[in-house]
Amino acid sequence: MSGDPAAGGNRTASEKADFKRELTQVVPHLRAFARGLCGRPDLADDLVQEALLKAWAAQDRFEPGTSMRAWTFVILRNAYLTDMRRNRFRGEYDEGVAERILTAPAGQEEPIHLSDLHRALLTLPAERREALLLVGAGGFSYEEAAAICGCAVGTIKSRVGRARAALTEMLANGTIPRRSTGDDIAHRAILEELDTVAAGNGVSSQG
Amino acid sequence: MASNHKQGGSNGRGDENASRHPPEWADGLKQLYDSVVEEALPDAFKDLLDRLDAIDPPRGTNTSPDGRDSGK
Repeated sequence: MSGDPAAGGNRTASEKADFKRELTQVVPHLRAFARGLCGRPDLADDLVQEALLKAWAAQDRFEPGTSMRAWTFVILRNAYLTDMRRNRFRGEYDEGVAERILTAPAGQEEPIHLSDLHRALLTLPAERREALLLVGAGGFSYEEAAAICGCAVGTIKSRVGRARAALTEMLANGTIPRRSTGDDIAHRAILEELDTVAAGNGVSSQG
Repeated sequence: MASNHKQGGSNGRGDENASRHPPEWADGLKQLYDSVVEEALPDAFKDLLDRLDAIDPPRGTNTSPDGRDSGK
């Protein structure tokens, strides 16, 4: 936003080397956060690449000594929200979910399958999902998560609480939407088309 | 990394609304996250960072001359 000079223009070579090293170190975490946010590994990695480009361009704004993971998560999150608004991730689970509710025998002490957990996670509203990911998976404190999301600590606590309650209920009752393979393939085709359009190679740009 | 062994009765955490015990899927959530963190990093990421490092222009010419838009 502030007419940046070249990326890292004000930094010494060693500061820039530090920045690159730290940025490289957080890439696995960015991938994990992105995967949790958008569910699909390929889109998640696209998102991470986008975040890395933005982080690189904004490196003058990174304060050495502060948390690179928190700083880059903010960037990743913003990229995700922007893409969401452009409908890139539309329809992953939220369309037609009601028809595909799986009713499994409840109350058995069966081990929880991670794939079930992941699907359940993806049905949560985005802001609850990210709150739970940051605190419950990423190990951030409520305060850090609030700073990353730009909201009050109380808001984060309440989002995490609701997310936990919803997941617990879904997993206990077996009401986890099931993904059907055929749909997924069709869906992927649609998304790839969207990607093409977004990249400017599509039929025509839609205003 | 915090050691949280199951303790018998009292968990002395002060939070008034802390859930009595973590839901049983809580570990699963960490596992999901950690499993991605531990995946081998695709080369694309290292390549991207190396490329960025290489093209980094010496000092601020006003806008990047190579036609890369920042995309806003």
